[in-house]
Amino acid sequence: MHELSLSSAIINTAVKHAGGRRVTAVNLRVGRLRQVIPDTLEFYFEFVARDTLCEGATLAQQVIDARLRCRPCALEWEIEIPAFRCPTCGGSEVEIATGNEFEVESIEVEEAACIASK
Amino acid sequence: MHRVKVTVVEEALDANNTIAAANRADFERHGVRVINFMSAPGAGKTTLLEQVVRDLDDVRVGVLEGDVQGSMDADRLASLHIPVTQLNTDPSFGGECHLDANMVRSAIPSLPLEEIDLLVVENVGNLVCPAEFRIGEDTRVMVCSVTEGEDKPLKYPLMFRACELVIINKIDLLPHLEFDLEKLLRNIDQVHPGVETILLSARTGEGIGAWREWLVRAATQEHERVPA
Repeated sequence: MHELSLSSAIINTAVKHAGGRRVTAVNLRVGRLRQVIPDTLEFYFEFVARDTLCEGATLAQQVIDARLRCRPCALEWEIEIPAFRCPTCGGSEVEIATGNEFEVESIEVEEAACIASK
Repeated sequence: MHRVKVTVVEEALDANNTIAAANRADFERHGVRVINFMSAPGAGKTTLLEQVVRDLDDVRVGVLEGDVQGSMDADRLASLHIPVTQLNTDPSFGGECHLDANMVRSAIPSLPLEEIDLLVVENVGNLVCPAEFRIGEDTRVMVCSVTEGEDKPLKYPLMFRACELVIINKIDLLPHLEFDLEKLLRNIDQVHPGVETILLSARTGEGIGAWREWLVRAATQEHERVPA
C-alpha cells in the first residue's frame, strides 16, 4: 500500500528535474529491502502521474538485490529473507551494502529540436 | 521534438527527509525531544500512553495524534489533562495511511512547544508506510502485540528495522494463546539484531515501569538519537 505515497515521491522528484519539459520515462533503482511491489508501483504511478508533467510516462524499475556486509569479518553476502545477523560470526555489526535504494536514476524528457544545430 | 535523457540520481524520499530535518531543528530549538510511535492498528499505542503520561517524573509530555479520521484517541488522552493535538490525514490526500514530514510541519504552529519537554507522535496504525517516512523524530518506537503472530518481524522488516525500541504488548494474554514468545524474540533478533525490547501488558500494568523509565530517559536526552 505504500506504493501510492512512493509514486508521489517519484513524480515530485522527476518533475523537479524536468525543467518544465514533458517526461516520457522515469528510470528508478529499487532495492529489494524497500518491499516495493513493482506492478503495484506501476499501477499507482500511472494514476498519480495524471495532470502532471509525467502523464503517460513509462516507469522502468531496476531491482537491486539485497547484499549485507559484516564489519568485523568483512564478509559480504546476498539475502533472500530478512536475516541481518552475520552467518559466519553471528555478529550484529552488519551494514546494508545494497538493497536499500529508492532512487530516481534518470528521466527522459521531450525537447524541441534546436534550430541552430547542424 | 526529440527526447533527452536527464541524469537525476536522487533518492525519491529526499524531499521528505529535508522537511523532516527542518522539523527536527524546530523541535531542538525548543528543547523538545520527539518520539515517532508506530504499530499496527489495535496494538495498544493509545493505552500505553494513557498508562504513563500522568506520571513521568518532571517530564512535561505532549501528544500529536495522527489518525486518518476522527479524534477518539485524542479525546481519550486529552481527558488526562495533557496537551494533545489532532492531525487527521484525511483532508489532505484522501486519507493517507501514515504521517509524513510535511503533515507534521503543518501541525507545528499548533503545538505548545514551550510547555513540553517530550512530544510523542502517535502515527497512523500501519506496519508498512510509517516506516518509510521520517517526520523529524529523535527516536522511533514500535509496539507489537502477542495477538499479531510471531512472524511479523519477517513480514514487516522495514518497520522492525526502523525503530530503536520494540515494545511487546498484551503479554497478559499469553496463557490463552498458542503464541511462541521465544520465536518472536528470535525473529526480532534476526531482523534487527540487538534492538532494545520491553515486554509488558498495558492492561495489567506488568512491565509498564520499564516503559515509563524509557520515556523519561528519552526526554532527558539519554538515548542514542537517529541521524537527522
